[in-house]
Amino acid sequence: METTSVRKRRRGRWPSRLLAAHGVMGYLFLYLPIVILVVYSFNASRYASGAWRGFSLEWYTSLFSNEAIGVALKNTLIVAGASTLISTVFGTMVALGMERHKFRGKLAFDALLYLPIIIPDIAMAVMLLLFFVLCHARLGIVTIVISHVAFNISFVAVVVRARLAYFDISLEEAAQDLYANEWQTFRRVTLPLIMPGILGGALLAFTLSIDDFVITFFTSGPGSTTLPLRIYSMVKLGVTPEINALSSIMLVASMGLVMLSLLLRKGGGGGIDIL
Amino acid sequence: MQRQRRFRRETWRLLGLISPTLFWLIVFFLVPLLLVLAISLGQRGTYGGVRWDLTLENYARFFDPLYLRIFGRTVFIALATTVICLLTGYPLAYFIATRPSGWRNGLLLLLMIPFWTNFLIRTYAWLLILRDQGVINIFWTGAMHEFMAHAAMTVPLPIWGPLLEATSVPLPLFGTDGAIIVGLVYAWLPDMVLPCYASIERLDYSLVEAAQDLYANRFRSFLRVILPMTMPGIVAGSVLVFIPSLGAYVTPDLLGGAKSIMIGNVIYSQFMSARDYPFGSAISFVLMAVMLLGTLIYFRLGTE
Repeated sequence: METTSVRKRRRGRWPSRLLAAHGVMGYLFLYLPIVILVVYSFNASRYASGAWRGFSLEWYTSLFSNEAIGVALKNTLIVAGASTLISTVFGTMVALGMERHKFRGKLAFDALLYLPIIIPDIAMAVMLLLFFVLCHARLGIVTIVISHVAFNISFVAVVVRARLAYFDISLEEAAQDLYANEWQTFRRVTLPLIMPGILGGALLAFTLSIDDFVITFFTSGPGSTTLPLRIYSMVKLGVTPEINALSSIMLVASMGLVMLSLLLRKGGGGGIDIL
Repeated sequence: MQRQRRFRRETWRLLGLISPTLFWLIVFFLVPLLLVLAISLGQRGTYGGVRWDLTLENYARFFDPLYLRIFGRTVFIALATTVICLLTGYPLAYFIATRPSGWRNGLLLLLMIPFWTNFLIRTYAWLLILRDQGVINIFWTGAMHEFMAHAAMTVPLPIWGPLLEATSVPLPLFGTDGAIIVGLVYAWLPDMVLPCYASIERLDYSLVEAAQDLYANRFRSFLRVILPMTMPGIVAGSVLVFIPSLGAYVTPDLLGGAKSIMIGNVIYSQFMSARDYPFGSAISFVLMAVMLLGTLIYFRLGTE
């Protein structure tokens, strides 16, 4: 790729050492808060932050016996599962439609598809709350799922389209030359080839849904508390060490999901993407 | 005839593929969006509902000194966040871009992992660090205070008195604009690093050499060659950081305390406590308009 590489030309030591020190500092800045949080989750102290009082698993065990958190976990998984399923199917369909067809108004539709990614959380949350209130909809799991699908479709579509962009259309033509009908071609050729993109998009949607706070906060009603809402109210009502344990579990879980999603999408070429 | 049928089948297939999304986005995105615009032009009813008289009053309320001040603070915080992200993120991007190629993807991945974890939790982690009983202040009022006391005993100098006094109370870190800025920088730094990295990595280094052959020193060749050539990345990164910082809600809510609030918190309180939907909608709409404008600039520069 690079003809004259930047790195071979490091003249003079001090600037490059300073740069390296800055790089290390940058990564420390990114990871130190997370490490501190996880370390505190094992602190025996009764306070969420404070002096180290010895190693303890107390907050993890008390977390598992906390019924409210069990309910929140169940809600979170229902919302994430349902919104992932719907947005993955719709997102994949729309990606196929957008990549394979030309039509009038495509540019406008493209813009509409990207808007939910760009718009700030708080604005989208407000919009949906107003809409549901004016429709006299009962706020709860259903309204949360609807809202999550509204932003997740776009993310799934972007990921699947990236995969489709690398798709070799001649493979489909070959299948049709061998007398496969359209459905067979899709089922046996297209779908398996774009599967990593679909799975990557689904995992991304799942992660975004589990992690969403602002939009869920506005579109939820009594009895539909999810884990981020639980964490928020725990933080607001008084910081206890249980939050540290819950947060650590969620951090590790979403890091795992992200890694998995990146691994799946990496197969599509193009290395690591932001989206 | 056959061509026509084929055309019709294609059209139906396209419709089948895009209509579920089209339906969802129109009903649950576009309609609510227009609703916000419509309501922002209405008036607040006596009991918190919305009266549909066309008025621009809600937009005029921005010029109330109270809201102007919050606007000013929001813009200041977002700008400060952007500048700090740029000053720290650009060298970080340069650092990553100058590593051997085998390292770069790993470093980028390492940069992205925290970015994709829960925003609320990452902000909460800073609460643990910055609050009065937090990590920094435990060190400040604990070890630091003891050290000062010890030093005062061994080497009697007049400076220990005030230092001892200062370390006896926690540093006012939590609930300040500074705390919000730290939280926002932490949240959006990768958004600055990635576009900068992309443009630095693409840089044709022979041009820098040419500058140096023409007796430009390192500083000048950076200023005159590298900086202008990586400008698209800088602009893209700045837009990507500035926009979400402007619309921040969770960060000021958790780290800003009661004193330091931003537009996002005003929107929240208009909907959740004041029940003034029209004014809340007007603020949201202005916020969205600003973001959209920023995004347009971003795409314009991206295509050039």
